[in-house]
Amino acid sequence: MDYALSGSIYTVVVFVSFIGIVIWAFSKKSKANFDEAEKLIFDDEPQQKKQESKVDE
Amino acid sequence: MSDAIQVHPEYNYKVIRQFAVMTVVWGIIGMAIGVLIAAQLYWPALNFDTPWLTFSRLRPLHTNSVIFAFGGCALFATSLYVVQRTCQVRLFSDKLASFTFWGWQLVIVLAAITLPMGLTSSKEYAELEWPIDILIAIVWMSYVINFFGTMIIRKVSHIYVANWFFGAFMLTVAVLHIANSMAIPVSLTKSYSLYAGAVDAMIQWWYGHNAVGFFLTAGFLGMMYYFVPKQAGRPVFSYRLSVVHFWALISLYIWAGPHHLHYTALPDWTQSLGMAMSIILFVPSWGGMINGIMTLSGAWHKLRTDPVLRFLVVSLSFYGMSTFEGPMMAIKTVNALSHYTDWTIGHVHSGALGWVAMVSIGSIYHLIPILFGKAKMYSIKLINTHFWLATAGVVLYIVAMWASGITQGLMWSAINADGTLTYSFVESLQASKPFYLMRFLGGVLVVAGMLIMAYNVFRTIKGHSLKEPEFQPDAQAA
Repeated sequence: MDYALSGSIYTVVVFVSFIGIVIWAFSKKSKANFDEAEKLIFDDEPQQKKQESKVDE
Repeated sequence: MSDAIQVHPEYNYKVIRQFAVMTVVWGIIGMAIGVLIAAQLYWPALNFDTPWLTFSRLRPLHTNSVIFAFGGCALFATSLYVVQRTCQVRLFSDKLASFTFWGWQLVIVLAAITLPMGLTSSKEYAELEWPIDILIAIVWMSYVINFFGTMIIRKVSHIYVANWFFGAFMLTVAVLHIANSMAIPVSLTKSYSLYAGAVDAMIQWWYGHNAVGFFLTAGFLGMMYYFVPKQAGRPVFSYRLSVVHFWALISLYIWAGPHHLHYTALPDWTQSLGMAMSIILFVPSWGGMINGIMTLSGAWHKLRTDPVLRFLVVSLSFYGMSTFEGPMMAIKTVNALSHYTDWTIGHVHSGALGWVAMVSIGSIYHLIPILFGKAKMYSIKLINTHFWLATAGVVLYIVAMWASGITQGLMWSAINADGTLTYSFVESLQASKPFYLMRFLGGVLVVAGMLIMAYNVFRTIKGHSLKEPEFQPDAQAA
């Protein structure tokens, strides 16, 4: 396999996997996981003041 | 609620404390050396005709100490802290952690000895000679094992996005460092690169640009994804965006190196590819910047009262600015004007002082009271003073370098009708001179801010602990 062909295949593979990642990230299934994950930074606080709700303005 | 912010006994805070304090110490030393060499460019007599005080030897000491000593300690402190807090588990190994700390300090001391002696491999940002390179690789491995070990034994199911950025940063830096440092030693203090000619240059800038992309960007984005939401008291604007940001950034950054070698012996197609990839890099950079800043949406009022948050958010503005400037300067036609001029120095410092230093300083201000069990920093007012000194210093610095750099670029490329150069080099140097004074003053302001930080940190550590019963951090006037 010459360099141009392997380079082209690699480019397509990376492009397709990136599209895959975007679809995965924006899928409904990931939403619940992400909602849990984003709270991790507050989870180990022992019953602290907690984060204010998103609409505190 | 006096136990609201407690010293978490289950975590290893010792190594974090060590790295956090050393961040401030190395920050002052590294930036002070920068101010000295900035002064030398205006008052050349300041090298005192001593070889180890010349610009040529102190400049790599400045870059190494601000990037790897100051930036490095900040990254070690924050990454090892964040991985414990978000995995809810103590570090994988306390012994490895102290090995990382003392090993890294040894590397810094060795750099401070060898670079002024003129011992250098002459590779930018990788000047240290081979025995130190090997030590760096070993210390780095201890860090990588400890970080990933901690993630493996985590008590939660998810891996928080900051850890992804930290993980990518440390793995990539390991690969970059080892590949670029490949050399044939001829004595204890002298080695020759394993690569030759244009390949050596390409390897060097593949390393060099990814030192920017992974050491100075991915690592500090990890910091951003923890400390910005934490200090703002609300989750990151979009976790989805952070995931896309991560994969886009790490898959693109690695290709941008050739833009350091425009119009050189590097093949033309490689230069153009590097240019194209650098321009695309603008997209994930701004995606991340917007994600960080928008975390504040609905809580903008906090910026009025919280200078720590101000440090973090302004660092993101500088990040946005320099990641717009960078892709622009990577365009070959722009690069023809900007390359080898002070514009490049200005660009580096808007990233280094504006983004990297400010996000580190904000994070350290957040960390110090927690690590030492205090309610808050000794003086919020002094943090604010530091903030304005840092901001004014950075702005002064980069404006001076823009003006000087564009002047140089225009003067160097000015050609008379008969094809001769319009200006001699000395004439362009004279044109730059006032800007060198301005840059020096900017640097002085930045260092002054760091000294105030050191005082504030010292007083905080010496101050009253939270444990004392009369202390009620949450008992406001409510």
